[in-house]
Amino acid sequence: MSALPPIIADWFTEKGWSVHPHQLEMLARGNDPATLLVAPTGGGKTLAGFLPTLVELAEHPRKGLHTLYISPLKALAADMRRNLTGPIDEMGLPIRVEDRSGDTTQTRKKAQRADPPEILLTTPESLALLLSYEDAPRMFAGLERVVVDELHALAESKRGDQLMLCLARLVSMRPDLRRVGLSATVEDPPALARFFMAGGCPVLTADPGPDPDIRMLTTQTPPPWSGGGGAYAIPDVLEEVKRHKTTLIFHNTRAQAEIFFHNLWLANEEGLPIGIHHGSLAREQRQKVEAAMVAGELRAIVCTGTLDLGLDWGDVDLVIQIGAPKNVKRLVQRIGRANHRYNAPSKALLLPANRWEVIECQAALEAVLARDLDGDPRGPGPRDVLCQHILIVACSGPFDEVELFNEVRRAGGYAGLTRAQFDEALDFVATGGYALRAYDRWQRLKQRPDGLWQLRDPRAAALVRMNIGTIQDTDTLKVRMRQNRKFLGEVEEGFAASLIPGDTFLMGGKIVRFESLKEMHVDVTNDKGRKPKIAVFAGSKFATSTQLSARVLDLIHRRDLSALPSHTQDWIALQREVSHLPEAGRILVESFPHDGRAQTAIYGFAGRGAMQTLGLLLTRRMETAGLGPLGFVATDYATLIWSLHPVDDPAFLFSRDDLVAGLEGWLSENALMKRSFKAVANIAGLTPRNFPGTRASGRQATFSSDILYDTLRRYDPDHLLLNITREEAMRGLIDFGRIEEMLERTEGRVDHMVLDRVTPFAAPLFLEVGKVPVDGMGREALMEMEAERLMQEAGLA
Amino acid sequence: MNDHPFTFAGADLSFRPTGALFWPAERLLVVSDLHLGRSERFARRAGALLPPYEVQDTLTRLETDIDATGATTVICLGDSFDDDAAAHGLDDSVALWITRLMAGRRWVWIEGNHDPGPVELGGDHRADLTLGPLTFRHIAAPGAVGEVSGHYHPKARVAGRARPCLLRDDARVILPAYGTYTGGLRSHDRALTMLMQPGAVAVLTGTRPLAIPMPR
Repeated sequence: MSALPPIIADWFTEKGWSVHPHQLEMLARGNDPATLLVAPTGGGKTLAGFLPTLVELAEHPRKGLHTLYISPLKALAADMRRNLTGPIDEMGLPIRVEDRSGDTTQTRKKAQRADPPEILLTTPESLALLLSYEDAPRMFAGLERVVVDELHALAESKRGDQLMLCLARLVSMRPDLRRVGLSATVEDPPALARFFMAGGCPVLTADPGPDPDIRMLTTQTPPPWSGGGGAYAIPDVLEEVKRHKTTLIFHNTRAQAEIFFHNLWLANEEGLPIGIHHGSLAREQRQKVEAAMVAGELRAIVCTGTLDLGLDWGDVDLVIQIGAPKNVKRLVQRIGRANHRYNAPSKALLLPANRWEVIECQAALEAVLARDLDGDPRGPGPRDVLCQHILIVACSGPFDEVELFNEVRRAGGYAGLTRAQFDEALDFVATGGYALRAYDRWQRLKQRPDGLWQLRDPRAAALVRMNIGTIQDTDTLKVRMRQNRKFLGEVEEGFAASLIPGDTFLMGGKIVRFESLKEMHVDVTNDKGRKPKIAVFAGSKFATSTQLSARVLDLIHRRDLSALPSHTQDWIALQREVSHLPEAGRILVESFPHDGRAQTAIYGFAGRGAMQTLGLLLTRRMETAGLGPLGFVATDYATLIWSLHPVDDPAFLFSRDDLVAGLEGWLSENALMKRSFKAVANIAGLTPRNFPGTRASGRQATFSSDILYDTLRRYDPDHLLLNITREEAMRGLIDFGRIEEMLERTEGRVDHMVLDRVTPFAAPLFLEVGKVPVDGMGREALMEMEAERLMQEAGLA
Repeated sequence: MNDHPFTFAGADLSFRPTGALFWPAERLLVVSDLHLGRSERFARRAGALLPPYEVQDTLTRLETDIDATGATTVICLGDSFDDDAAAHGLDDSVALWITRLMAGRRWVWIEGNHDPGPVELGGDHRADLTLGPLTFRHIAAPGAVGEVSGHYHPKARVAGRARPCLLRDDARVILPAYGTYTGGLRSHDRALTMLMQPGAVAVLTGTRPLAIPMPR
């Protein structure tokens, strides 16, 4: 099947297009059980994935579902429908293409189950939902191929694990099912292939294309000492927008995107058409921006990760990354968004938001040119996803535990799952676990006399279906205009709760005034002011990767710093002179007084998550040592701790055994753990987020998941969900792995500098947001002093 | 001991960091707003899923306070149960536990707004109770003197930390909620600033009671 049938070959000729070598190669491998195609953005990956389907259906027309296409984005599925329908109509092929996602109407969804199209384009969550219906085997009866798009992105989250479990299930229904995975350039393709298929599969790598044209954006004013928005560079960015046809301006967080967009508009005197696109905006608004973009009506879009993937916009000729990219792989993928044409170099500019990021941007830029991608190896498939999968399977009908166990092990991430682990998950799904055994709502499965498992109450299927998926949005409230109820977007519940009437914040680039909080809605009105209170969206705060951190450390020690702007060169030189430069094989600790407190700055370069954890662990050690720690703040590079008493000899802080012991004790009562637990409890079905009819407010849900956490800790410390939470936290939020990496790298070699004032590298730490207060003797002492002072002043003591 | 001693309406009282009030001369312990069974009430309404362990937590603390003070009289100042149904729906083991605590001492249940009906447990059930100079009732009555009440779950903040607190002035004492997982009302709230005289003191619970001028 390596030749194109005339009907398709003619169409290519007519368009004046030629088929890429890797596309033909994919056609040649059309009958292989599994292939992973790794190609740069713009490499015609999706066509390569679909060609075998088009050829098969052109040569042997048939009815019924033939190919399932799965993408991480709903928008991508919809876009793909347009992209496929065009050529299919022009070739006159008898193929029906439909998309299906959470946005598809109920009527159409029903029709699709009764009479599926030949090609169905969908998302992992919609597929999981389809598999939860009893008629799933009928719907997928004729399925031949599955194409998974943006596999690299799916593999980074639990959505990928859920999808792989679903594929394993599809294979049980259709043993000869063939699968193709499409991925952007990744650091370890064989590992991705093993995730895609237990045991791995052949990898086809397309020509990576020419080097990108990538530089740091030189600005009129140097970047500030701290902060993230990049607002100082608005005029420079606007200049670049004017000079290019279409610019994508990437931000790391939604809040920063909003603020930047707002400031860009204020400076946009020529009224250039500029849009904004991020995950908290109303769908209609995002679609409007996407449509304007496709029509070539926009000169720039301020965006976040929502535009990392997908949508083919050939006209983008510049990508600007605001803020350090944190991770080289993602930067490469973002850069690929410019010049979405194969074999044309992409043009990108990096804009550091503060002084540290100048160094990090330079390091990242060098890594991109060296094609040195980073990434952490993937852990085994998360078991909370498995719990949800068991529930989904139970919804579709009675199941045999041995068959399901074997099926699950065919999913890449679960190849190493033991029977005991599986049984534990099954027991949790069936009973809720030891401490919750007495509660009806968590008794969900029962074993029938014939040994099969089924839902105890078939009506529970509705609740399971409503809660399918692993995407953890923070609890959000919808924002709407008070006058016309127009939906503007969403804000976090915690943020909404902090608002008082009259407060202003940014939403979709507009300043709005908070009026009232009604049920699940934040009512706002337009505000003519110019200074909003900042909207706190869930900004994904990625940690700088290990490889990039190593490059940063390497960079500051170079004899020749001329790659960096002069202000940054001066800053590094001053630090060397006043204190000491952090080194890869040593931990630098600076002690100095400031603001009436003893300050300790620790340069560990282990990434934000790990440095945060280090702050928590070290303050515990300091508490035990009677130093009265009061709080800390962490960045990707350093942790700053303030306390009542100074640290005289920091070496004792970094004993690995003590840190591990501290971790055990501390893990349990930590707020990060509760946040992790909440996600795990949601995914595993312990605390559903959505209920038929009423919806528990996010706050209630938070409350209950926190309390469940405390309860399980006390009465059932080995509960499955606690174990999952612990494992995840160690890798994710807590990132203890990187603390261990730091300890191995430095082996207790500590450079301790005792100084009489703030050092150049420490200064930005004082401006960081996200300070974490520490409760302990220090705080208690402060409270007592404060109470005494208040009583004295009031004349009551 | 870490208690906060004070004289009120001629009685020498002692506020414990747990949130209980002790009257040594009468060997009388007062706690307010236990809200036993709150989790079950929430669990009955769709949505929040509170496990029932808060009952055990609250009773463990109460038992510790009774043992530590050697109280012979215990007054529960209302809202002891989260609602009528919770009182009936108590676990056998919990009911037994309460009965064990009640054994050998005088036990007074003051009616609250959450549990107005009779409780299926022993002890006295009263709308209010006057002992010597002090009157115990659930909700503070305007113009009362020598009154000890609860209901509002007051809390206050010092050096950035908010904690449940007792409020006191010359005429009345308002106790914090003793139950685990009860919310709180900041002492700034009008309901409380209207009740309390100028010069009122807030005493925060915690490892050690902390007295501050009542934040208004």
